[in-house]
Amino acid sequence: MAATPRSEARAGLKLISPTAIYVILLLAVPLATVLVYSVMTGGRANVSLPLTFDNYAQLGTKWVYGYILLKSLLIALSVTAITVLLAYPVAYFVSFHIKPERKSLWLFLITIPFWTSYIIRVSLWFVIIGKDGLLDSSLMSLGIMDQPLNLASYGIPSIILVLAHAYAPFAVLPIFVSLEKVDRSLLEAGQDLGESRWITFLRVTLPLSMPGVIASSLIVFIPTVGDYVTPKLVGDGKQPLIANFIETQLLKLQDFPQGSAFAVVSMLMVAIVSIGFVFLNKRFIGGQK
Amino acid sequence: MKKAPFLRSYTLFYLLFLYAPILLLPIFAFNSGKVVAFPLQGFTLGWFSEMLADENLRIAAKNSLIIALSVASMSTVLGVFAARASVRYSFPGKAPIMGLIMLPLVLPEMIVAMALLVVLLSLNVPLSLFTVIIGQVLITTPFAVAILTSAFQSLDKSLEEAAMDLGETAWGTFRLIVLPLVMPGIMASFLICFTISFDEFIISNFLGSGQPILSVYIFGQFRFPAKVPSMLALGTVLVCFSIILLGFAEYMRRRGIAKAGGKDSGGFL
Repeated sequence: MAATPRSEARAGLKLISPTAIYVILLLAVPLATVLVYSVMTGGRANVSLPLTFDNYAQLGTKWVYGYILLKSLLIALSVTAITVLLAYPVAYFVSFHIKPERKSLWLFLITIPFWTSYIIRVSLWFVIIGKDGLLDSSLMSLGIMDQPLNLASYGIPSIILVLAHAYAPFAVLPIFVSLEKVDRSLLEAGQDLGESRWITFLRVTLPLSMPGVIASSLIVFIPTVGDYVTPKLVGDGKQPLIANFIETQLLKLQDFPQGSAFAVVSMLMVAIVSIGFVFLNKRFIGGQK
Repeated sequence: MKKAPFLRSYTLFYLLFLYAPILLLPIFAFNSGKVVAFPLQGFTLGWFSEMLADENLRIAAKNSLIIALSVASMSTVLGVFAARASVRYSFPGKAPIMGLIMLPLVLPEMIVAMALLVVLLSLNVPLSLFTVIIGQVLITTPFAVAILTSAFQSLDKSLEEAAMDLGETAWGTFRLIVLPLVMPGIMASFLICFTISFDEFIISNFLGSGQPILSVYIFGQFRFPAKVPSMLALGTVLVCFSIILLGFAEYMRRRGIAKAGGKDSGGFL
């Protein structure tokens, strides 16, 4: 639309103003505050002038900051890769091998675990793989093991397991939606022209479903990279990720400027990875035209 | 439909993996053993009565209900404003405003919580259920906007124009024509925001005043082995509760599609 009539613009702005004011006051202002704090000089639980970039310089010089960021990034990317790879065949099966009127039911079955309490799901893993947990006691009473495995103390692998389970249902839906959009006649054409079913999948179905794969990756990546509960419960709480570290910095040490700088850098990291995903998505959509 | 035995068994196995921990809930909620371990002991309802007798749990459940109801109402109302404005009108600054509203979807929740907390602490605002509510609304509003946007989009604009032509005021048209047609979307938005809020942990934990809130309380209790069975009983109740809510949301969604004369494309959101 080239020129918006002024009355329409005014009506639209008036209508959106309650929501807009809400998010400006409670989201934009706090985020801006964090940004300002991150360049201030800090004491305990207060901030003061002069402005400084020392907090950011600290992030570069102390290894622990980079370590936490990198570890969180790698864990979140592994979880994303695992969930998406595991979810793809499921989405494919529901889209291609289930009668249309039964699809809702299957999706319902897949999404129910996602809507059941996240805290309970994660805590259940603690009951299963934790110290004196169900897995160890079962294996030992069956005589398979004589020492407890205590999987939860394995740190990073157990965090990945629990997160991959917690966010698994997220991954199926977007892939399913993009598979539903794949024009079935293209597949028939491919096979009529003598391609094998596998090659047709690789050359037609897979590329056409890439937007869904990337959307899934994004949907899994963002909450996992910021997950707080799982690292507290499994891994003996000794593998803090970004969210746990922000808590330590801001609430326990009350180092507002340093904690803010760390929060800003984490946000940037998440944004850069997310933009990377979106960019990949654009490329795939562009490639189809 | 082609048969795909390998894919089918894989999918069933995947579902089993998804459900395995949840299936433990009823098994051990009714098991009389004090420790969560096989073999099962005997049948008991004791954990449920222990759960009902827990005073703190009752307070936590009440607080969570207050929070979830307020959050669902507020974010659905804010969602109606934003979705209606973005579907119906074009105005300057639309993209950045909508972007800001949807931002919490792509921000780690911890950052939203901490940013708000830092400001509240600096302003000496005491933490309470109210601060939890205003924080959670930020998280749930994007979901409300997404659901309501598709509800408003499927609306036939000519119906509104007809009402206006027949002399209804803008508000009258909205109340008599638009609102009833998007009602299923409003219900779905309310239910989904309610569920998200009820389940939410980070904001409840950090913006709460230390008053028990269900998710925070559950998280704390799982650390004491003696408390685990009654938490599993609570989990069983909550799972049944959310399946009922979900079934209802799905029913509303289908009714909405049927009302708008569309075809069911299947699936949530």
